[in-house]
Amino acid sequence: MSVPLLEVSGLAVGFDSDDGPVHAVNDISFTLEEGEALAIVGESGSGKSVTALSIMGLVPRPPGRIDGGSVRFRGRELLGAPERELRRVRGREIAMVYQDPMSSLNPGLTIGRQLGDVISHHLGLERREVAERAIELLTLVGIPNAAGRLGDHPHQFSGGQRQRILIALALSCDPAVLIADEPTTALDVTVQAQIIELVKGLRERLGMAIIWITHDLGVVAGLVDKVAVMYGGYAVEQAPVRELFARPSHPYTVGLLRSLPTLGGERRRLTPIPGSPPHGAPRIDACPFAPRCDWVIERCRQEFPELAAVGCEHGAACHRRDEVRDAPTIVDAAS
Amino acid sequence: MTVSDGQPALLEVRDLVKHFPVRRGVLRRTVGAVRAVDGIDLDVRPGETLGLVGESGSGKSTAARTILRLLEPSGGSVVFDGEDVTKADSKALRALRPRMQMVFQDPYASLNPRMTAGSTVLEALKTNRIGSAAQRRRRVGELLELVGLDPDLQNRYPHEFSGGQRQRIGIARALATEPRFVIADEAISALDVSIQAQIVNLLDDLKAELGLTYLFISHDLSMVRHISDRTAVLYLGKVAELGSSQDVWERPLHPYTLALLSAVPVPDPVRESGRERLVLPGDPPDPADPPSGCRFHTRCAFATDVCRTDEPSLRDLGTPRAPHVVACHHAERVRRAGANAKEVLP
Repeated sequence: MSVPLLEVSGLAVGFDSDDGPVHAVNDISFTLEEGEALAIVGESGSGKSVTALSIMGLVPRPPGRIDGGSVRFRGRELLGAPERELRRVRGREIAMVYQDPMSSLNPGLTIGRQLGDVISHHLGLERREVAERAIELLTLVGIPNAAGRLGDHPHQFSGGQRQRILIALALSCDPAVLIADEPTTALDVTVQAQIIELVKGLRERLGMAIIWITHDLGVVAGLVDKVAVMYGGYAVEQAPVRELFARPSHPYTVGLLRSLPTLGGERRRLTPIPGSPPHGAPRIDACPFAPRCDWVIERCRQEFPELAAVGCEHGAACHRRDEVRDAPTIVDAAS
Repeated sequence: MTVSDGQPALLEVRDLVKHFPVRRGVLRRTVGAVRAVDGIDLDVRPGETLGLVGESGSGKSTAARTILRLLEPSGGSVVFDGEDVTKADSKALRALRPRMQMVFQDPYASLNPRMTAGSTVLEALKTNRIGSAAQRRRRVGELLELVGLDPDLQNRYPHEFSGGQRQRIGIARALATEPRFVIADEAISALDVSIQAQIVNLLDDLKAELGLTYLFISHDLSMVRHISDRTAVLYLGKVAELGSSQDVWERPLHPYTLALLSAVPVPDPVRESGRERLVLPGDPPDPADPPSGCRFHTRCAFATDVCRTDEPSLRDLGTPRAPHVVACHHAERVRRAGANAKEVLP
């Protein structure tokens, strides 16, 4: 078998805090092939953003710590690689789009300058070529009259356009992987749809792989090939997207799906997950979801459930994963 | 035109206007106005939940604040339970306010970090001179219990609670004055998905238990559909469409509603793969300078010449029992388009 584009295995990231070490990410593994789209879904504190930052080598150390595992890009190890080498990968091979476009752009510099800096840093083009490339990128992401807007500052663009500009920045060097960290969370629903359609189109045209990080299971349904659901710093379920929605096998995934309102037919009372997501270090000798779980048994409080197969390319970290998989979900009940 | 079907409304909003002046220069002269709310008619019936949807800049939050007179309206009237809120003097307002309460978006920002959960709720009772000291103490415990919080936690500070628990404190504070009408302004938007459902169910339960009436404002259309009996869609400070939530979702009449619905993600990969998005071109226009005629015509796929010149008024295309009003010259075409394009709707 060929080497995957990106291979994360056993990644563990911790932070030192006043209350002792916090295990933000524990033993996360996944692969990403050329052109493939993966969603990492989780709520606040689940470790999804830290996972993305550690792929980019951007976890601040201290207080952050890489506790173990490996991140290989085209077979090359990125964890512990010298900063000079990482800088070549960042932006050129793996690029990232952040949630808040206003705070990711420099308000004092023109868009042309910010795009130009990135392009000339990575590609070392002539000035005229830099401007041409900047216009090409802005046009690609759907900014009308791109040539006339290079001299504009970020505040002169709308929120949706600023997110497009960030995507243009990320695309400036034709990266093989685009990591998008909640890129549509702050946006209105129609603008969110525009950005999702844009990214889908760009993926088809440019053939890049995508890691889409979000708290919203609904958004990823039409966007990605496979999903990793994170909870309390662990990947609790991983599956191809259709399999995940058809046969969710971790009670947390089931809970997330049941928390969403059904869109048609009779109004059904929502079934929330009781309690709140954990903060700080979860216990390693118990299931992190046990305190909120409908399916909990004594074993869950005594033994950590490893991620194990429940189907083809489908894993769940639950002692009762087979029963959960075979239980009717609300999606069945609704249709 | 008004939206009534014989039932007396608890809240009647007529031609409500809120303009914010735009000032320039050293003399701060008024050079224009942001027309945040530009003539809104709404009726909220007793015991119903009216959903209010629209994008940022549509005027949803300004409308809510103007209805409660947290902002002074620039025009129009708001009648609550027979009393004109817009004309009330400060004494009358003090009597009205306890009956109309608000739950805010961000429980982090709307709670005083230096006040315990108990004293936050107690203060609402004290300010409105409700009960004796002993009665208030007992009432605080009852209110916390009502929203699903352990009364023993009342001496804790906001940072010791989770986001969902903080929102429960905000709801307990709003309910302290025994309101009839509660405006929830993006009350679940800042919460994790698994917690949103808890708060939505709580709001539902409280409505049944206390006979509340809600105005539920959210940009999350699926949640509005879930919780609301009727839905009003706002665009640039005006009502574009208003009808029963089922009608608005299944038989939309306004092109903007159609576009909004097509943007709602469906949590089902099989159905989502066949979805068709009506992506709106461009961004919402500047509310200081709304387009002529129909203010949606600059982004509308149905627009014709008449839309550029004549502003459409609200007209009813529903039934006598279920009015369904829309401000669109081409609503009949939109209805047919929606019916013929099932893959557009969620």
